[in-house]
Amino acid sequence: MTRITIDPITRIEGHLRIDCEVENGKVTNAWSSGQMWRGIEVILKGRDPRDAWLFTQRICGVCTTVHAIVSVRAVENALDLEVPLNAQYIRNMIITAHGIHDHIVHFYQLAALDWVDIVSALSASPEGAAKLGATLSDYRRNSVPEIRQIQEKLKAFTGTGQLGVFASGYWGHPAMKLPPDVNLLAAAHYLQALEYQRIANRIVAILGAKTPHIQNLAVGGVANPINLDSQSTLTLERLFAIKAEIDKLGEFVNQAMIPDVAAVGALYADWTAHGAGVTDYLSVPDLPLDTKGTQFELPGGFVPKGDLSQFKPITSYQDGYFRDGVKESVKHAWYQYQGEEKALHPYEGQTNPHHTAFQDDGKYSWVKAPTFYDQRAQVGPLANVLAMVAAGHEPTKRHLNRVLEIASTVAGTPIPVTALHSTIGRIAARAVRCAVLLESLQNQWQLLVNNIAKGDFATFNRPVFPKGEIRGFGYHEAPRGVLSHWTVIENGKIKNYQAVVPSTWNAGPRDDNDAMGPYEASLVDNPVADAELPLEVLRTVHSFDPCLACAIHLVDSRKRSIVQVKAFG
Amino acid sequence: MRVIVLGLGNILLRDEGVGVRVVEALAERYILPAEIEAVDGGTVGMDLLDTLAGCDHLLICDAVQTGAPPASVGRLANAEVPALFQTRFSPHQLGLSEVLATLILMEEAPAAITLVGVVPVDMELGAELSPEVTAAVGLAVETLVTELQAIGFRLVPSVSPAGDDENFSFSLTPCLLPAWEEENFKIH
Repeated sequence: MTRITIDPITRIEGHLRIDCEVENGKVTNAWSSGQMWRGIEVILKGRDPRDAWLFTQRICGVCTTVHAIVSVRAVENALDLEVPLNAQYIRNMIITAHGIHDHIVHFYQLAALDWVDIVSALSASPEGAAKLGATLSDYRRNSVPEIRQIQEKLKAFTGTGQLGVFASGYWGHPAMKLPPDVNLLAAAHYLQALEYQRIANRIVAILGAKTPHIQNLAVGGVANPINLDSQSTLTLERLFAIKAEIDKLGEFVNQAMIPDVAAVGALYADWTAHGAGVTDYLSVPDLPLDTKGTQFELPGGFVPKGDLSQFKPITSYQDGYFRDGVKESVKHAWYQYQGEEKALHPYEGQTNPHHTAFQDDGKYSWVKAPTFYDQRAQVGPLANVLAMVAAGHEPTKRHLNRVLEIASTVAGTPIPVTALHSTIGRIAARAVRCAVLLESLQNQWQLLVNNIAKGDFATFNRPVFPKGEIRGFGYHEAPRGVLSHWTVIENGKIKNYQAVVPSTWNAGPRDDNDAMGPYEASLVDNPVADAELPLEVLRTVHSFDPCLACAIHLVDSRKRSIVQVKAFG
Repeated sequence: MRVIVLGLGNILLRDEGVGVRVVEALAERYILPAEIEAVDGGTVGMDLLDTLAGCDHLLICDAVQTGAPPASVGRLANAEVPALFQTRFSPHQLGLSEVLATLILMEEAPAAITLVGVVPVDMELGAELSPEVTAAVGLAVETLVTELQAIGFRLVPSVSPAGDDENFSFSLTPCLLPAWEEENFKIH
């Protein structure tokens, strides 16, 4: 038996350590460990709940927007405060544009390099790549001159001997199986994707007043005054500038990204048999369409054992089924609960660090282990796409069918929906969700414009905090899955605050029942051709889009590896 | 000419966030011409791509450990800067090195990069700077001003009730509630 330790998993934020035992070319046991801790809960105690979002958006460098949104939702929930329609639509547009940005970056800039061999792309024929592209879609940027130009650029870049962003790739690994022309087509889109993710970010910037940290939120609404004549507000001109950006994004997502993901998935069809892991799926509805959060554009809920017929929807911001189901276990995490060491509900949550050595059977991670009615659940775009299909959401079914049709054609054999329970399925589901978000962004834009046309300019309801204790939770279907913030407020000040984040659900260690978390379970039985170059392990871990900066509960600055650099000149 | 003054760091870890605080102070104390944009980069990575693309001069302020005495202020320029950020010493810096590498690939990398660093004293959990580093903020701001002057910008101080350097009152509580929120925002 060989033991592999990958620490840190590269191309992610934060420190994730994965340990695997490998026997006869397969993973037989796995541990997922967060190696840093953070303490947003500690910082927020005693503060004004209206300020919380400004702090929570700092817990992660990737997910600033999502932590801001869900924080105001949690406080609004505690106050039973309604949010004006315009504010919902503006928030929804920020959420969808951010999600599209994140999904494009994940596929092209983070995950694709596990599957696409950039070095092989250098020797491909631009004519062949363009011809292949034409069989997949009508994308206008699959032309021979554009692909040749990108290939020349890549050759010049890698020819300098500095691989830069490509330095961490496993080029020439035996598990890299795409023909050179496919590699080149994907590499061309890798470079184009850099332009399109910037467009998505620009939409967030226009609405959020700034990026990377949006400035326009408030408990009770948004700070975007709507006045169609004033320069400093959300004007008709700005709204139409946003519409033009949305249309550009649509071309890339529907004509490049969806076909790429489907084709790469089909050429790695063997990966539909690996990486299922935990198949109880949890997601939440998002994009509220009313002021109270009882109707949503995108459905969500629980899909037990991957069985769509048993889907149980989550239906409102007051949903008791979601609220009462969440707990966090620390049996295998570096924390101690006062009293009994049993999983706690987030309202009762505690953040008391208790570090030990890395113990395979004991504590080994700074990430807690969340459970839903005492069971582990996988979260993320796959969980959400399955829930939306189960709920009969038409755009999701349409985009999923398109991915499966293209993949079936390329593979030459029918690929069923059940293929989604896999490493490659998680990547495919993320592309489907990206296309769905794009349609939602268009819808939300139209809803906002229509509502303003009716003469409704309201964007904010003033919050009033009562004496005594109140509790609230907010949730958001973030790019990596279910994000929830839980707060207890006493006399207008924060008494407790817990963030249960997507990467906690997926990257968490074993729980009170010693059941593996989704990362761990998905790694068992993964093939590993070469224990020295465990590309296959990275493929499965990266398919979750790991982002640990927020999953971990305190940053111990004393133990951080601060290196000495050259003294000031 | 387009110049970005980028503050980096995690404001939840006291002095780790000094870069963000210095750039905030710069924007508060001086009138920045249209060519100069002050950016609060926090711990962000790829989200900065659009902001940094095609700028002529990137001026970064961040907490750096150099072996120099605590709370000292200094500068690094050009080739020294990317090398610094490739050495992993916190997640946000890894993010910036990827952004810079990606900008090179896109042929939109900044022509010049300068870093003004402040040596941290306390990076424990907390939203306030240490007293020593708070005292160094003024010097770091002036170092940025000198850098901007060297590339042709003579900044004019804003008329500010904060007073002179000696009495410079730096807001230790970040993220103050915006003033507008105290008003009823509903437009009838």
